[in-house]
Amino acid sequence: MSKIQTAFEKGKCFIPFITAGDPSLDKTVEYVLTMAQAGADIIEIGIPFSDPTAEGAVIQEASLRALQAGFTMEGLFEAVERIREKSKVPLIFMTYINPVFHYGYDAFFEKCQSLSVDGFISPDVPFEEKEEIAGIAQKYGVDVISMVSPTSRERIRRIAEDAEGFVYVVSSMGVTGVRSEFSSNLKETVTQLKKYTEVPCAIGFGISTPEQAAQMAAIADGAIVGSAIVRIVADKKEQAGEALADYVSKMKNAVRGA
Amino acid sequence: MNKGRFGQFGGQYISETLMNELYHLEEQYEYYKNDPDFNEELDRLFREYAGRPSLLYYAKKMTEDLGGARIYLKREDLNHTGAHKINNVLGQALLAKKMGKTRLIAETGAGQHGVATATAAALFGMECEVFMGKHDTERQALNVYRMELLGARVHAVTTGTQTLKDAVNDAMREWSSRVEDTHYVLGSVMGPHPFPTIVRDFQSVISREAREQILKLEGKLPAAVVACVGGGSNAMGMFYNFIPDEGVRLIGCEAAGRGIDTPETAATIATGKLGIFHGMKSYFCQDEQGQIAPVYSISAGLDYPGIGPEHAYLYDSGRAEYVPVTDDEAVEAFEYLAKTEGIICAIESAHALAYVKKIAGSMSRDQSIIVCLSGRGDKDVAAIARYKGVDLHE
Repeated sequence: MSKIQTAFEKGKCFIPFITAGDPSLDKTVEYVLTMAQAGADIIEIGIPFSDPTAEGAVIQEASLRALQAGFTMEGLFEAVERIREKSKVPLIFMTYINPVFHYGYDAFFEKCQSLSVDGFISPDVPFEEKEEIAGIAQKYGVDVISMVSPTSRERIRRIAEDAEGFVYVVSSMGVTGVRSEFSSNLKETVTQLKKYTEVPCAIGFGISTPEQAAQMAAIADGAIVGSAIVRIVADKKEQAGEALADYVSKMKNAVRGA
Repeated sequence: MNKGRFGQFGGQYISETLMNELYHLEEQYEYYKNDPDFNEELDRLFREYAGRPSLLYYAKKMTEDLGGARIYLKREDLNHTGAHKINNVLGQALLAKKMGKTRLIAETGAGQHGVATATAAALFGMECEVFMGKHDTERQALNVYRMELLGARVHAVTTGTQTLKDAVNDAMREWSSRVEDTHYVLGSVMGPHPFPTIVRDFQSVISREAREQILKLEGKLPAAVVACVGGGSNAMGMFYNFIPDEGVRLIGCEAAGRGIDTPETAATIATGKLGIFHGMKSYFCQDEQGQIAPVYSISAGLDYPGIGPEHAYLYDSGRAEYVPVTDDEAVEAFEYLAKTEGIICAIESAHALAYVKKIAGSMSRDQSIIVCLSGRGDKDVAAIARYKGVDLHE
């Protein structure tokens, strides 16, 4: 069983997402450690991309700020090394495929392995294009996390049967960003998934409040929160540590009780 | 490897949310493209609404002036709405209508594709929303008003470089939030499969007509066909039926902006690298970190950091050539055509003309060249005046 999947053995997971390099990679190191300490079970580190077509305004803007601040892959790997000196929290890289393609799949996933980054998510690599990276990721023991969405319907089976780490269940149509309503077929989607795979599933997109997180964790094995975290960093910049610790521990408690 | 590939290029690098819709689109397209009623209806629209077939005009004065190959202009600028864009839009809008969609969305650069989509939406009684970079809404203000006149809502996109790629980003975001009643009328031979194929098929009417026309006029095939390339839809349409004719050179003219040795360029083949973006594997202008590079061209329609996957394939296989043409060369050709033939063409098309001006003189008089005059230039007059430092008041 992969390290990502093992994280779900202890109960429902809270999975925060943070955009690397916003406002700086030094702060990313600090904030990841803060969130791990506050109870985050797995942390997604977003590698910024110039044109994030699946993101709403909050993560788009954070990505551009990070790039303007001089984000590089080399800098990120060095930052993750520093995280690893202090924490064993399971980490996942999430990004669009072009920066990874450009870096070289083999070099990238080898780096993931050496940094104990155990999972990879890319919103522009659907099931049909998975072989672009699947073989190489597997060679280095990195789980490629699959996504299912409210429109997946009959695709769920194929995706589930091939899933590793966990399945990322997209809560609603559209892009990332805080919202008040979710797709009405989430329960059904999760039930479908469970029919075809033992791999856990977590729901993401739009979740921001403890109530929502609890509601999602009651349906699935965990809740993923991106924009709400990235917004805290956008608001508090270099001073987001305390607010992040508060927020993550509140969310973790909500998920734990679900 | 999945389908929708041209060699290694193409594919479907897109969010899971859109995958079923792409399958549905492909399946419906495969059905309707062989449906006699659909084709008859589209032919009628082409003939009676768009004004096809478009003329193949012998540019006698230009030919004499350049003193070489006989130059023919494929007059896509004379189509209804003033550009080749209407060919693809009528096809996709009709398909969307058959699929039961009631709403069209589109991206636009220069505004020609947006105008064409707004036009088709008006004709078919569909809702229409167009995404356009804010920078482009300023340099092509006339087309924004034109779209609004036609009943469309224009969203000025304020992210990134505020040009065509950002408009595509936002159109994709919009589509992923609402697919049930909405068809995304992609305007070029790009994006995820099946778009590059669908757009190419609907645009291939250009070379189907041109090939027949030139055989009738010249009794033989041309030595070269030339078209401008951003994403590459008019070029793909202009090339397609000539691909099997090995003696015909296929030449795509990219927007070099201020030059391919400067960062202010949009010449993808000349300066780009292999990458994956906007749903496809192809060549893209990008930096050393794989971030998409900001591109520049005087032409809003060619101001795009990528090229359609079939072009990438034609380039790799050596079947087509791609050459960079600068702003200065394009503006010079724009003015040249106006004064020589009395035709004000789109600044996009002027990139192709500029290259023809370079090569025609060294070719023999019994050879011919077809240039795709992809659009008319009314929309560009104010921008050209600004470029020349002329202060215009309308």
